[in-house]
Amino acid sequence: MAYNWNWEVFLQPSVTGDDTYLGWLLTGLKWTVSLSLSAWVIALVLGTIVGVLRTVPNRWLSGLATAYVELFRNIPLLVQLFIWYFVLPELLPPALGDAFKQSHPLWQQFFSAMVCLGLFTSARVAEQVRSGINSLPRGQKAAGLAMGFTLPQVYRHVLMPMAYRIILPPLTSEFLNIFKNSAVATTIGLIELSRQAQQLVDYTAQPYEAFIAVTVLYVLINVTVMFLMRRLEEKVRVPGFIGGK
Amino acid sequence: MYEFDWSSIPGAIPLLANGLLITLEVTLTAIVVGIVWGTILAIARLGSNPVLSRLAAAYVNLFRSVPLVMVILWFYLIVPQGLKAIFGNDIGDIRLTSALVAFALFEAAYYSEIIRAGIQSVSKGQIAAGLALGFTPGQTMRLVVLPQAFRNMTPLLLTQAIILFQDTSLVYVIGLSDFFGTAYKVGDRDGRLVELLLFAGAVYFVICFSASLLVKRLQARFAK
Repeated sequence: MAYNWNWEVFLQPSVTGDDTYLGWLLTGLKWTVSLSLSAWVIALVLGTIVGVLRTVPNRWLSGLATAYVELFRNIPLLVQLFIWYFVLPELLPPALGDAFKQSHPLWQQFFSAMVCLGLFTSARVAEQVRSGINSLPRGQKAAGLAMGFTLPQVYRHVLMPMAYRIILPPLTSEFLNIFKNSAVATTIGLIELSRQAQQLVDYTAQPYEAFIAVTVLYVLINVTVMFLMRRLEEKVRVPGFIGGK
Repeated sequence: MYEFDWSSIPGAIPLLANGLLITLEVTLTAIVVGIVWGTILAIARLGSNPVLSRLAAAYVNLFRSVPLVMVILWFYLIVPQGLKAIFGNDIGDIRLTSALVAFALFEAAYYSEIIRAGIQSVSKGQIAAGLALGFTPGQTMRLVVLPQAFRNMTPLLLTQAIILFQDTSLVYVIGLSDFFGTAYKVGDRDGRLVELLLFAGAVYFVICFSASLLVKRLQARFAK
């Protein structure tokens, strides 16, 4: 195969002139990371609420939480993203919808992708939270109630601190997933890493260099997150439980 | 308020059905090849040969740390080059071929992790018993360990298949008209994107939700 390797392509000024192609990659990295982190915050908060609701002794609340999880788990991420980006602005009250459509395109893409990824991942986080709470011995909840705590207090001071420590390993893999899933935002044009890979192919005609560089960046994100989470896992591990010492 | 107009869907049913066939083709190929190749990877990884074991681990870790979108784009870049090298320049539409290869090789990495856990869930005594009966290690794996492992992991393999079915919608990035791609194109053509996207979402939901209920029932039966 006669392919001309040219790694110096990254140092060349880009077609827009104000940046190098390496700069494009770093911009992509910046958007990938900020999209993933902000969606992760949404996922953790909503996932905790929904996961807790699935375990409370109220049929309506737990039924509602189950419906939430099933809805977000059984529709492909790409379809959800397109619904947030293309459908929702049409269905909102006209004033709100227009305000969205008139905002900066980058902001529209980022906002849709963030909400989409956040809710999509929250359903998965909720499942982990639920299984974490259910894995605790029943006596813990009973003991909390017997001590005179109200149910919300039992959750806050007894169940959740334990549950979080137990589910940290599966949460790590959801956290890694959110970085990978953020690549889906390329389909609505957000200039994250995989979009930049495609742009570099279009503008530099050096597809292999571009793809290899972006793949390496994704692997680096993965390795970094894994390293940090391992450190955290070692710190908060519960002795006597799975994964504990 | 937005006025819904669902009239472009009935006429598009044949197109959408065609798209669904492509979706199913990609899904089924990836399941079959993924499980076969994934089993080989899992056995290599657990085996005693350090080189094979490292190679299998590297393969699995690489595929698991890269987004599926990038994998699809990678194979859309590589597969045509490979086909051109073999068949010359007359290779036709390679989108489906590259999607099939990408999904099969990508899913193998995920399946191999499930299968590896499944093999490890079979107690060591079974292997010892197989060897003591005079089976070769290969026969022990094939006749004793794998049947039990697959029985244990069937629910997980099926759940992964449902996830895979949803993930195939990502072939959108190379412009392949699977079910979702077709729905998007029809919606775009008729200016009815809202209806078509909601319809596509509903269809995926019904299929995946029913499938996951079936898996749950199967799981309950296995647990007995």
